Amino acid sequence: MIISIASGKGGTGKTTIATNLALSLGEAQLIDCDVEEPNANIFLNAKINEREDISVNIPEIDKTKCDFCGKCSDFCAYNALAVVPSDVLVFPELCHSCGGCKLVCPQDAVGWRERVVGVVEHGIADGIDFYHGLLNVGEIQAIPVIKALKRKVDKSKNVILDAPPGTSCPVIETVGGSDYCILVTESTPFGLHDLKLAVDVIRHMYIPFGVIINRDGVGDKKVELYCQNEKIPVLMKIPHSEEIAQLYSKGIPFVNELPDWRDGFQNLFSRIQSEVKA
Amino acid sequence: MKQLTVISGKGGTGKTSITAAFASLADNTVFADCDVDAADLHLILKPKIKKTIGFHGLNIAHIDKDRCIDCKKCYESCKFDAIDEEINIIKESCEGCGVCEYVCPVDAITMKERDSGFAYISDTRFGPMAHAMLKTAEEASGKLVTVVRNNAKTLAEDKNKDLIIIDGPPGIGCPVIASLTGVDLVLIVTEPTLSAIHDLERILGVANHFGIPSVVCINKYDINVDNTEKIEQYCKSNGVEVVGNLPYDTVVTDAMIHEQNVIEFSDGDLADRIIEMWDKIKKRLVV
Repeated sequence: MIISIASGKGGTGKTTIATNLALSLGEAQLIDCDVEEPNANIFLNAKINEREDISVNIPEIDKTKCDFCGKCSDFCAYNALAVVPSDVLVFPELCHSCGGCKLVCPQDAVGWRERVVGVVEHGIADGIDFYHGLLNVGEIQAIPVIKALKRKVDKSKNVILDAPPGTSCPVIETVGGSDYCILVTESTPFGLHDLKLAVDVIRHMYIPFGVIINRDGVGDKKVELYCQNEKIPVLMKIPHSEEIAQLYSKGIPFVNELPDWRDGFQNLFSRIQSEVKA
Repeated sequence: MKQLTVISGKGGTGKTSITAAFASLADNTVFADCDVDAADLHLILKPKIKKTIGFHGLNIAHIDKDRCIDCKKCYESCKFDAIDEEINIIKESCEGCGVCEYVCPVDAITMKERDSGFAYISDTRFGPMAHAMLKTAEEASGKLVTVVRNNAKTLAEDKNKDLIIIDGPPGIGCPVIASLTGVDLVLIVTEPTLSAIHDLERILGVANHFGIPSVVCINKYDINVDNTEKIEQYCKSNGVEVVGNLPYDTVVTDAMIHEQNVIEFSDGDLADRIIEMWDKIKKRLVV
Protein backbone atom coordinates (compact mmCIF):
# COMPACT_ATOMS: atom_id res chain seq x y z
CA MET A 1 0.00 0.00 0.00
CA ILE A 2 1.24 3.46 -0.89
CA ILE A 3 0.30 6.35 1.41
CA SER A 4 1.26 9.88 0.45
CA ILE A 5 1.45 12.72 2.97
CA ALA A 6 0.63 16.12 1.53
CA SER A 7 -0.68 19.57 2.51
CA GLY A 8 -1.33 22.79 0.66
CA LYS A 9 0.37 24.99 3.21
CA GLY A 10 3.98 24.41 4.12
CA GLY A 11 5.14 23.75 7.65
CA THR A 12 1.98 21.99 8.82
CA GLY A 13 3.77 18.77 9.79
CA LYS A 14 4.01 16.49 6.73
CA THR A 15 7.48 15.28 7.60
CA THR A 16 6.51 14.85 11.25
CA ILE A 17 3.65 12.55 10.24
CA ALA A 18 5.68 10.69 7.60
CA THR A 19 8.62 9.93 9.87
CA ASN A 20 6.60 9.09 12.99
CA LEU A 21 4.25 6.86 10.99
CA ALA A 22 7.18 5.02 9.38
CA LEU A 23 8.91 4.53 12.73
CA SER A 24 5.69 3.26 14.31
CA LEU A 25 5.26 0.69 11.53
CA GLY A 26 8.85 -0.46 11.53
CA GLU A 27 9.23 -2.38 8.29
CA ALA A 28 8.19 0.46 5.98
CA GLN A 29 9.65 2.20 2.99
CA LEU A 30 9.85 5.97 3.43
CA ILE A 31 10.53 8.18 0.42
CA ASP A 32 11.02 11.91 0.95
CA CYS A 33 9.82 13.47 -2.30
CA ASP A 34 10.31 17.09 -1.17
CA VAL A 35 13.45 17.29 -3.27
CA GLU A 36 13.67 21.07 -2.90
CA GLU A 37 13.89 20.95 0.88
CA PRO A 38 14.11 17.34 2.10
CA ASN A 39 14.01 17.09 5.90
CA ALA A 40 12.97 13.52 6.74
CA ASN A 41 16.51 12.32 7.28
CA ILE A 42 17.06 14.96 9.96
CA PHE A 43 14.66 12.79 12.01
CA LEU A 44 15.70 9.34 10.77
CA ASN A 45 19.46 9.72 10.59
CA ALA A 46 19.75 6.95 8.03
CA LYS A 47 23.33 6.33 7.02
CA ILE A 48 23.45 6.94 3.28
CA ASN A 49 24.89 3.89 1.54
CA GLU A 50 23.92 4.49 -2.09
CA ARG A 51 23.96 7.59 -4.23
CA GLU A 52 22.70 8.01 -7.76
CA ASP A 53 23.08 11.14 -9.87
CA ILE A 54 19.89 12.14 -11.66
CA SER A 55 20.38 13.62 -15.09
CA VAL A 56 18.22 15.00 -17.82
CA ASN A 57 19.02 15.12 -21.52
CA ILE A 58 19.74 18.47 -23.05
CA PRO A 59 20.53 19.30 -26.66
CA GLU A 60 24.08 19.65 -27.88
CA ILE A 61 24.44 21.30 -31.26
CA ASP A 62 27.01 20.02 -33.73
CA LYS A 63 28.06 23.34 -35.25
CA THR A 64 29.79 21.66 -38.19
CA LYS A 65 26.39 20.36 -39.33
CA CYS A 66 24.13 23.21 -38.17
CA ASP A 67 23.13 25.76 -40.84
CA PHE A 68 21.40 28.04 -38.28
CA CYS A 69 17.99 27.67 -39.89
CA GLY A 70 16.28 28.34 -36.53
CA LYS A 71 13.74 25.48 -36.74
CA CYS A 72 14.81 24.13 -33.34
CA SER A 73 14.30 27.43 -31.54
CA ASP A 74 10.98 28.00 -33.34
CA PHE A 75 9.77 24.62 -32.14
CA CYS A 76 11.00 24.85 -28.54
CA ALA A 77 8.04 25.68 -26.27
CA TYR A 78 10.34 26.61 -23.40
CA ASN A 79 12.67 29.16 -25.07
CA ALA A 80 15.60 26.91 -24.25
CA LEU A 81 17.26 27.51 -27.63
CA ALA A 82 18.12 30.74 -29.43
CA VAL A 83 19.59 30.83 -32.91
CA VAL A 84 21.66 33.84 -33.93
CA PRO A 85 23.27 34.26 -37.38
CA SER A 86 26.24 32.02 -36.66
CA ASP A 87 25.54 30.36 -33.35
CA VAL A 88 22.95 28.39 -31.38
CA LEU A 89 22.61 29.22 -27.70
CA VAL A 90 21.31 26.51 -25.38
CA PHE A 91 19.78 27.49 -22.00
CA PRO A 92 20.00 24.17 -20.15
CA GLU A 93 17.89 25.19 -17.10
CA LEU A 94 14.91 25.98 -19.33
CA CYS A 95 15.01 22.70 -21.31
CA HIS A 96 12.29 20.12 -20.52
CA SER A 97 14.07 17.37 -22.52
CA CYS A 98 11.09 16.84 -24.84
CA GLY A 99 13.32 15.96 -27.78
CA GLY A 100 11.53 18.29 -30.18
CA CYS A 101 14.66 20.11 -31.36
CA LYS A 102 16.30 16.84 -32.37
CA LEU A 103 13.17 15.78 -34.25
CA VAL A 104 12.79 18.95 -36.27
CA CYS A 105 16.45 19.54 -37.18
CA PRO A 106 16.82 19.03 -40.95
CA GLN A 107 20.63 18.72 -40.67
CA ASP A 108 20.70 16.10 -37.92
CA ALA A 109 22.85 18.54 -35.94
CA VAL A 110 21.19 18.01 -32.55
CA GLY A 111 22.62 15.44 -30.19
CA TRP A 112 21.96 14.72 -26.52
CA ARG A 113 24.13 15.44 -23.55
CA GLU A 114 23.37 14.37 -20.00
CA ARG A 115 23.12 17.08 -17.37
CA VAL A 116 23.02 16.27 -13.67
CA VAL A 117 20.19 18.12 -11.87
CA GLY A 118 20.11 16.30 -8.56
CA VAL A 119 20.81 13.14 -6.64
CA VAL A 120 18.83 10.27 -5.12
CA GLU A 121 20.20 8.74 -1.92
CA HIS A 122 19.35 5.54 -0.10
CA GLY A 123 19.90 4.43 3.45
CA ILE A 124 18.44 2.27 6.20
CA ALA A 125 17.43 3.39 9.68
CA ASP A 126 15.52 1.39 12.31
CA GLY A 127 14.42 -1.13 9.67
CA ILE A 128 13.08 1.61 7.41
CA ASP A 129 14.07 1.46 3.78
CA PHE A 130 14.71 5.16 3.19
CA TYR A 131 15.15 7.25 0.05
CA HIS A 132 15.33 10.96 -0.50
CA GLY A 133 16.22 13.20 -3.40
CA LEU A 134 18.02 16.52 -3.56
CA LEU A 135 17.50 19.02 -6.34
CA ASN A 136 20.77 20.84 -6.98
CA VAL A 137 20.81 24.46 -5.80
CA GLY A 138 19.98 26.80 -8.70
CA GLU A 139 18.07 24.13 -10.65
CA ILE A 140 14.46 24.77 -11.65
CA GLN A 141 12.90 21.38 -12.35
CA ALA A 142 12.17 19.11 -9.45
CA ILE A 143 10.12 16.65 -11.52
CA PRO A 144 12.97 14.49 -12.93
CA VAL A 145 14.29 13.90 -9.40
CA ILE A 146 10.81 13.06 -8.08
CA LYS A 147 10.26 10.65 -10.99
CA ALA A 148 13.54 8.91 -10.17
CA LEU A 149 12.41 8.57 -6.54
CA LYS A 150 9.05 7.16 -7.54
CA ARG A 151 10.84 4.40 -9.47
CA LYS A 152 12.22 3.23 -6.10
CA VAL A 153 8.72 2.43 -4.79
CA ASP A 154 8.65 -1.19 -3.61
CA LYS A 155 5.00 -2.23 -3.76
CA SER A 156 5.61 -5.28 -1.59
CA LYS A 157 6.21 -2.90 1.30
CA ASN A 158 4.16 -0.30 3.09
CA VAL A 159 5.30 2.80 1.29
CA ILE A 160 5.08 6.32 2.74
CA LEU A 161 5.67 9.25 0.40
CA ASP A 162 6.46 12.62 1.97
CA ALA A 163 5.27 15.27 -0.53
CA PRO A 164 6.44 18.85 -0.99
CA PRO A 165 4.09 21.72 -0.01
CA GLY A 166 1.83 23.43 -2.52
CA THR A 167 -0.62 22.09 -5.07
CA SER A 168 1.18 22.12 -8.41
CA CYS A 169 3.37 19.77 -10.48
CA PRO A 170 5.77 18.41 -7.82
CA VAL A 171 2.84 17.55 -5.54
CA ILE A 172 0.85 15.88 -8.32
CA GLU A 173 3.91 13.89 -9.41
CA THR A 174 4.45 12.67 -5.82
CA VAL A 175 0.86 11.85 -4.94
CA GLY A 176 -0.04 10.23 -8.29
CA GLY A 177 -0.55 6.47 -7.98
CA SER A 178 -0.92 6.40 -4.19
CA ASP A 179 -3.67 4.31 -2.61
CA TYR A 180 -4.40 6.90 0.04
CA CYS A 181 -3.41 10.46 0.81
CA ILE A 182 -3.14 12.04 4.26
CA LEU A 183 -3.55 15.81 4.21
CA VAL A 184 -1.91 17.50 7.17
CA THR A 185 -3.21 20.88 8.25
CA GLU A 186 -3.56 23.25 11.18
CA SER A 187 -6.77 25.01 12.15
CA THR A 188 -5.82 28.54 11.18
CA PRO A 189 -7.29 30.60 8.33
CA PHE A 190 -4.17 29.94 6.20
CA GLY A 191 -4.27 26.24 7.07
CA LEU A 192 -7.95 25.93 6.12
CA HIS A 193 -7.62 27.92 2.90
CA ASP A 194 -4.73 25.80 1.67
CA LEU A 195 -6.39 22.57 2.85
CA LYS A 196 -9.32 23.35 0.56
CA LEU A 197 -6.94 23.77 -2.37
CA ALA A 198 -5.25 20.46 -1.55
CA VAL A 199 -8.63 18.71 -1.25
CA ASP A 200 -9.53 19.97 -4.75
CA VAL A 201 -6.34 18.46 -6.15
CA ILE A 202 -6.70 15.09 -4.41
CA ARG A 203 -10.38 14.79 -5.40
CA HIS A 204 -9.42 15.66 -8.96
CA MET A 205 -7.01 12.70 -8.85
CA TYR A 206 -9.64 10.31 -7.38
CA ILE A 207 -7.41 9.33 -4.46
CA PRO A 208 -9.14 8.48 -1.15
CA PHE A 209 -7.97 10.81 1.60
CA GLY A 210 -8.34 11.96 5.17
CA VAL A 211 -7.08 14.85 7.29
CA ILE A 212 -4.74 15.08 10.26
CA ILE A 213 -5.05 18.26 12.33
CA ASN A 214 -1.69 19.22 13.74
CA ARG A 215 -1.14 21.74 16.58
CA ASP A 216 -4.74 21.13 17.58
CA GLY A 217 -5.88 23.85 19.97
CA VAL A 218 -4.27 26.66 18.03
CA GLY A 219 -6.63 28.86 16.03
CA ASP A 220 -10.31 28.04 15.69
CA LYS A 221 -12.58 25.07 14.93
CA LYS A 222 -13.19 25.85 11.27
CA VAL A 223 -11.10 22.99 9.85
CA GLU A 224 -13.17 20.44 11.78
CA LEU A 225 -16.41 22.08 10.66
CA TYR A 226 -15.22 22.08 7.08
CA CYS A 227 -14.28 18.37 7.29
CA GLN A 228 -17.69 17.55 8.81
CA ASN A 229 -19.54 19.40 6.06
CA GLU A 230 -17.44 17.83 3.34
CA LYS A 231 -17.62 14.36 4.95
CA ILE A 232 -13.83 14.15 5.13
CA PRO A 233 -12.57 11.88 7.92
CA VAL A 234 -10.38 13.54 10.56
CA LEU A 235 -7.91 10.70 11.12
CA MET A 236 -5.93 12.12 14.01
CA LYS A 237 -5.37 15.24 16.05
CA ILE A 238 -1.96 16.09 17.39
CA PRO A 239 -2.23 18.62 20.19
CA HIS A 240 -0.32 21.87 20.22
CA SER A 241 2.34 20.94 22.74
CA GLU A 242 5.57 22.58 23.71
CA GLU A 243 7.14 19.16 24.23
CA ILE A 244 6.38 18.04 20.67
CA ALA A 245 7.55 21.38 19.25
CA GLN A 246 10.79 21.13 21.24
CA LEU A 247 11.45 17.59 20.01
CA TYR A 248 10.75 18.70 16.44
CA SER A 249 13.18 21.60 16.73
CA LYS A 250 15.90 19.15 17.78
CA GLY A 251 15.16 16.68 15.01
CA ILE A 252 13.77 13.99 17.35
CA PRO A 253 10.72 12.00 16.16
CA PHE A 254 8.19 12.34 18.97
CA VAL A 255 7.18 8.64 18.96
CA ASN A 256 10.68 7.89 20.26
CA GLU A 257 10.08 9.98 23.39
CA LEU A 258 6.32 9.55 23.72
CA PRO A 259 5.86 5.84 22.85
CA ASP A 260 2.08 5.88 23.42
CA TRP A 261 1.82 7.65 20.10
CA ARG A 262 3.12 4.53 18.32
CA ASP A 263 -0.22 2.86 19.00
CA GLY A 264 -1.96 5.93 17.65
CA PHE A 265 -0.02 5.74 14.40
CA GLN A 266 -0.50 1.96 14.13
CA ASN A 267 -4.25 2.43 14.57
CA LEU A 268 -4.20 5.17 11.98
CA PHE A 269 -2.48 2.81 9.59
CA SER A 270 -4.96 -0.03 10.23
CA ARG A 271 -7.86 2.33 9.66
CA ILE A 272 -6.42 3.48 6.34
CA GLN A 273 -5.66 -0.10 5.35
CA SER A 274 -9.24 -1.24 5.92
CA GLU A 275 -10.59 1.78 4.06
CA VAL A 276 -8.35 1.13 1.06
CA LYS A 277 -9.32 -2.56 0.96
CA ALA A 278 -13.04 -1.77 1.21
CA MET B 1 11.92 51.39 -7.61
CA LYS B 2 13.18 48.57 -5.37
CA GLN B 3 12.01 44.99 -4.95
CA LEU B 4 12.08 42.84 -1.80
CA THR B 5 11.19 39.12 -1.83
CA VAL B 6 10.25 37.24 1.34
CA ILE B 7 11.16 33.54 1.14
CA SER B 8 12.02 30.73 3.53
CA GLY B 9 13.01 27.44 1.92
CA LYS B 10 10.94 25.56 4.48
CA GLY B 11 7.22 26.24 4.42
CA GLY B 12 5.21 27.55 7.36
CA THR B 13 7.91 29.67 8.96
CA GLY B 14 5.81 32.85 8.77
CA LYS B 15 6.54 34.46 5.38
CA THR B 16 2.99 35.62 4.76
CA SER B 17 2.30 36.90 8.30
CA ILE B 18 5.49 38.96 8.15
CA THR B 19 4.79 40.26 4.63
CA ALA B 20 1.28 41.24 5.75
CA ALA B 21 2.73 43.10 8.76
CA PHE B 22 5.10 45.02 6.47
CA ALA B 23 2.02 46.26 4.60
CA SER B 24 1.29 48.54 7.59
CA LEU B 25 4.86 49.82 7.66
CA ALA B 26 5.98 50.22 4.05
CA ASP B 27 5.08 53.52 2.38
CA ASN B 28 4.20 53.83 -1.27
CA THR B 29 4.44 50.10 -1.97
CA VAL B 30 2.94 47.50 -4.30
CA PHE B 31 2.33 44.01 -2.86
CA ALA B 32 2.72 40.84 -4.91
CA ASP B 33 1.70 37.36 -3.79
CA CYS B 34 3.94 35.01 -5.75
CA ASP B 35 3.00 31.88 -3.79
CA VAL B 36 0.53 31.11 -6.56
CA ASP B 37 0.17 27.44 -5.49
CA ALA B 38 -1.24 28.24 -2.09
CA ALA B 39 -1.73 31.99 -1.93
CA ASP B 40 -2.70 33.31 1.50
CA LEU B 41 -1.73 37.00 1.55
CA HIS B 42 -5.18 37.99 0.26
CA LEU B 43 -6.74 36.54 3.44
CA ILE B 44 -5.19 39.45 5.36
CA LEU B 45 -4.88 42.21 2.75
CA LYS B 46 -8.47 41.61 1.51
CA PRO B 47 -7.91 42.91 -2.02
CA LYS B 48 -10.74 44.38 -4.07
CA ILE B 49 -10.16 42.96 -7.53
CA LYS B 50 -10.06 45.66 -10.22
CA LYS B 51 -8.96 43.55 -13.14
CA THR B 52 -8.89 39.81 -13.89
CA ILE B 53 -6.61 38.46 -16.60
CA GLY B 54 -6.84 34.89 -17.89
CA PHE B 55 -3.59 32.95 -17.58
CA HIS B 56 -2.56 30.41 -20.16
CA GLY B 57 0.23 28.17 -18.99
CA LEU B 58 1.79 25.62 -21.26
CA ASN B 59 -0.21 24.44 -24.27
CA ILE B 60 -1.99 21.12 -24.15
CA ALA B 61 -2.41 18.43 -26.83
CA HIS B 62 -5.87 17.61 -28.15
CA ILE B 63 -6.54 14.44 -30.15
CA ASP B 64 -9.15 14.17 -32.86
CA LYS B 65 -10.09 10.51 -32.45
CA ASP B 66 -11.89 10.47 -35.81
CA ARG B 67 -8.64 11.18 -37.59
CA CYS B 68 -6.36 9.04 -35.40
CA ILE B 69 -5.11 5.88 -37.15
CA ASP B 70 -3.71 4.41 -33.93
CA CYS B 71 -0.10 4.33 -35.22
CA LYS B 72 1.09 5.09 -31.68
CA LYS B 73 3.86 7.42 -32.88
CA CYS B 74 2.72 10.08 -30.40
CA TYR B 75 2.67 7.54 -27.57
CA GLU B 76 6.21 6.45 -28.43
CA SER B 77 7.56 9.99 -28.80
CA CYS B 78 6.13 11.60 -25.66
CA LYS B 79 8.87 12.02 -23.07
CA PHE B 80 6.39 12.94 -20.33
CA ASP B 81 4.24 9.76 -20.37
CA ALA B 82 1.34 12.08 -21.13
CA ILE B 83 -0.26 9.80 -23.75
CA ASP B 84 -1.49 6.35 -22.77
CA GLU B 85 -1.56 3.28 -25.04
CA GLU B 86 -5.18 3.91 -25.96
CA ILE B 87 -4.02 7.34 -27.18
CA ASN B 88 -5.64 9.47 -24.52
CA ILE B 89 -3.94 12.63 -23.30
CA ILE B 90 -3.14 12.64 -19.60
CA LYS B 91 -3.76 16.30 -18.89
CA GLU B 92 -1.74 16.51 -15.70
CA SER B 93 1.38 15.10 -17.38
CA CYS B 94 1.34 17.05 -20.65
CA GLU B 95 4.03 19.75 -20.68
CA GLY B 96 2.90 21.24 -23.97
CA CYS B 97 6.06 20.57 -25.98
CA GLY B 98 4.25 19.82 -29.24
CA VAL B 99 6.25 16.71 -30.18
CA CYS B 100 3.08 14.60 -30.56
CA GLU B 101 1.55 17.15 -32.92
CA TYR B 102 4.78 17.13 -34.95
CA VAL B 103 5.09 13.34 -35.28
CA CYS B 104 1.40 12.65 -36.03
CA PRO B 105 1.22 11.59 -39.70
CA VAL B 106 -2.49 12.42 -40.07
CA ASP B 107 -2.74 15.79 -38.27
CA ALA B 108 -4.97 14.34 -35.59
CA ILE B 109 -3.26 16.30 -32.82
CA THR B 110 -3.40 20.04 -32.25
CA MET B 111 -1.80 22.02 -29.47
CA LYS B 112 -4.28 24.34 -27.78
CA GLU B 113 -4.02 27.04 -25.18
CA ARG B 114 -4.98 25.85 -21.77
CA ASP B 115 -6.80 27.94 -19.18
CA SER B 116 -4.51 27.53 -16.23
CA GLY B 117 -5.70 30.24 -13.90
CA PHE B 118 -6.13 33.96 -13.39
CA ALA B 119 -3.93 36.92 -12.57
CA TYR B 120 -5.50 39.77 -10.61
CA ILE B 121 -4.80 43.46 -10.21
CA SER B 122 -6.33 44.75 -7.01
CA ASP B 123 -6.55 47.52 -4.46
CA THR B 124 -6.02 46.97 -0.75
CA ARG B 125 -6.20 49.25 2.27
CA PHE B 126 -2.41 49.41 2.06
CA GLY B 127 -1.99 50.03 -1.66
CA PRO B 128 -2.16 48.14 -4.94
CA MET B 129 -1.66 44.38 -5.10
CA ALA B 130 -0.86 41.86 -7.83
CA HIS B 131 -1.86 38.26 -7.19
CA ALA B 132 -3.09 35.14 -8.95
CA MET B 133 -4.85 31.82 -8.73
CA LEU B 134 -3.66 28.63 -10.35
CA LYS B 135 -6.51 26.27 -11.27
CA THR B 136 -6.65 22.82 -9.70
CA ALA B 137 -3.85 20.53 -10.85
CA GLU B 138 -2.44 23.03 -13.34
CA GLU B 139 1.26 23.42 -14.06
CA ALA B 140 3.54 26.31 -14.93
CA SER B 141 3.43 28.06 -11.59
CA GLY B 142 6.80 29.61 -12.42
CA LYS B 143 5.32 31.25 -15.49
CA LEU B 144 2.39 32.60 -13.44
CA VAL B 145 4.84 34.03 -10.88
CA THR B 146 6.47 35.95 -13.72
CA VAL B 147 3.06 37.29 -14.80
CA VAL B 148 2.35 38.47 -11.23
CA ARG B 149 5.74 40.14 -11.01
CA ASN B 150 5.26 41.92 -14.34
CA ASN B 151 1.84 43.13 -13.22
CA ALA B 152 3.33 44.42 -9.97
CA LYS B 153 6.05 46.23 -11.89
CA THR B 154 3.53 47.88 -14.22
CA LEU B 155 1.43 48.93 -11.21
CA ALA B 156 4.49 50.40 -9.49
CA GLU B 157 5.52 52.33 -12.61
CA ASP B 158 2.02 53.64 -13.31
CA LYS B 159 1.45 54.76 -9.73
CA ASN B 160 5.00 55.97 -9.02
CA LYS B 161 5.59 53.51 -6.22
CA ASP B 162 9.01 53.14 -4.57
CA LEU B 163 8.89 49.50 -3.60
CA ILE B 164 7.45 46.08 -4.46
CA ILE B 165 7.19 43.55 -1.63
CA ILE B 166 6.89 39.98 -2.93
CA ASP B 167 5.55 37.13 -0.80
CA GLY B 168 7.39 34.10 -2.19
CA PRO B 169 6.63 30.37 -2.23
CA PRO B 170 8.44 27.70 -0.18
CA GLY B 171 11.13 25.49 -1.70
CA ILE B 172 14.08 26.30 -3.96
CA GLY B 173 12.77 25.32 -7.41
CA CYS B 174 11.04 26.94 -10.36
CA PRO B 175 8.49 29.28 -8.70
CA VAL B 176 11.04 30.36 -6.05
CA ILE B 177 13.65 31.23 -8.64
CA ALA B 178 11.01 33.11 -10.66
CA SER B 179 10.14 35.07 -7.47
CA LEU B 180 13.65 36.24 -6.69
CA THR B 181 15.54 36.84 -9.93
CA GLY B 182 16.49 40.47 -10.30
CA VAL B 183 15.21 41.70 -6.91
CA ASP B 184 17.27 44.03 -4.72
CA LEU B 185 17.02 42.12 -1.45
CA VAL B 186 15.77 38.79 -0.17
CA LEU B 187 14.41 38.37 3.36
CA ILE B 188 14.71 34.75 4.47
CA VAL B 189 12.31 33.85 7.29
CA THR B 190 13.59 30.90 9.27
CA GLU B 191 12.89 29.29 12.65
CA PRO B 192 15.21 27.58 15.15
CA THR B 193 14.47 23.98 14.12
CA LEU B 194 16.98 21.64 12.52
CA SER B 195 14.71 21.33 9.47
CA ALA B 196 14.52 25.08 8.95
CA ILE B 197 18.29 25.48 9.42
CA HIS B 198 18.93 22.84 6.77
CA ASP B 199 16.51 24.62 4.41
CA LEU B 200 18.02 28.02 5.19
CA GLU B 201 21.41 26.84 3.98
CA ARG B 202 19.91 25.68 0.69
CA ILE B 203 17.84 28.82 0.05
CA LEU B 204 20.84 31.04 0.86
CA GLY B 205 22.70 29.00 -1.74
CA VAL B 206 20.02 29.86 -4.30
CA ALA B 207 20.14 33.59 -3.47
CA ASN B 208 23.94 33.55 -3.75
CA HIS B 209 23.73 31.61 -7.02
CA PHE B 210 21.70 34.48 -8.49
CA GLY B 211 23.86 37.15 -6.80
CA ILE B 212 21.06 38.59 -4.65
CA PRO B 213 21.88 39.98 -1.18
CA SER B 214 19.99 38.32 1.67
CA VAL B 215 19.03 39.16 5.23
CA VAL B 216 17.56 36.71 7.75
CA CYS B 217 14.72 36.86 10.25
CA ILE B 218 14.56 34.18 12.96
CA ASN B 219 10.88 33.69 13.69
CA LYS B 220 9.76 32.01 16.95
CA TYR B 221 13.39 32.36 18.05
CA ASP B 222 12.47 31.47 21.65
CA ILE B 223 11.25 27.92 20.91
CA ASN B 224 14.87 26.73 20.87
CA VAL B 225 17.46 29.36 21.85
CA ASP B 226 20.41 27.01 21.25
CA ASN B 227 19.36 26.63 17.64
CA THR B 228 18.78 30.38 17.38
CA GLU B 229 22.37 30.90 18.44
CA LYS B 230 23.52 28.39 15.82
CA ILE B 231 21.64 30.29 13.11
CA GLU B 232 23.11 33.59 14.28
CA GLN B 233 26.61 32.14 14.13
CA TYR B 234 26.04 30.55 10.77
CA CYS B 235 24.79 33.87 9.39
CA LYS B 236 27.70 35.77 10.93
CA SER B 237 30.30 33.47 9.43
CA ASN B 238 28.58 33.78 6.04
CA GLY B 239 28.32 37.57 6.21
CA VAL B 240 24.52 37.57 6.33
CA GLU B 241 22.79 40.09 8.59
CA VAL B 242 20.13 38.82 11.01
CA VAL B 243 17.64 41.69 10.92
CA GLY B 244 15.25 40.42 13.55
CA ASN B 245 14.48 37.76 16.17
CA LEU B 246 10.73 37.44 16.63
CA PRO B 247 9.22 35.64 19.64
CA TYR B 248 6.57 32.95 19.38
CA ASP B 249 3.25 34.69 19.99
CA THR B 250 -0.32 33.44 19.61
CA VAL B 251 -1.22 36.96 18.52
CA VAL B 252 -0.12 35.94 15.00
CA THR B 253 -2.95 33.41 14.73
CA ASP B 254 -5.42 35.69 16.52
CA ALA B 255 -4.68 38.52 14.10
CA MET B 256 -5.09 36.09 11.18
CA ILE B 257 -8.50 34.99 12.48
CA HIS B 258 -9.52 38.67 12.60
CA GLU B 259 -8.23 39.18 9.04
CA GLN B 260 -5.72 41.73 10.25
CA ASN B 261 -1.96 41.88 10.30
CA VAL B 262 -0.03 41.83 13.57
CA ILE B 263 0.68 45.56 13.51
CA GLU B 264 -3.01 46.44 13.12
CA PHE B 265 -4.12 43.88 15.67
CA SER B 266 -1.71 44.46 18.54
CA ASP B 267 0.91 46.83 19.89
CA GLY B 268 2.85 44.30 21.93
CA ASP B 269 6.47 43.16 21.88
CA LEU B 270 6.11 41.23 18.60
CA ALA B 271 4.75 44.29 16.78
CA ASP B 272 7.62 46.41 18.16
CA ARG B 273 10.19 43.93 16.97
CA ILE B 274 8.66 43.77 13.50
CA ILE B 275 8.81 47.58 13.32
CA GLU B 276 12.48 47.49 14.34
CA MET B 277 13.18 44.81 11.75
CA TRP B 278 11.43 46.79 9.04
CA ASP B 279 13.64 49.83 9.78
CA LYS B 280 16.74 47.71 9.23
CA ILE B 281 15.38 46.29 5.98
CA LYS B 282 14.47 49.78 4.78
CA LYS B 283 18.06 50.91 5.32
CA ARG B 284 19.34 47.94 3.32
CA LEU B 285 16.98 48.81 0.48
CA VAL B 286 18.07 52.45 0.30
CA VAL B 287 21.79 51.73 0.01
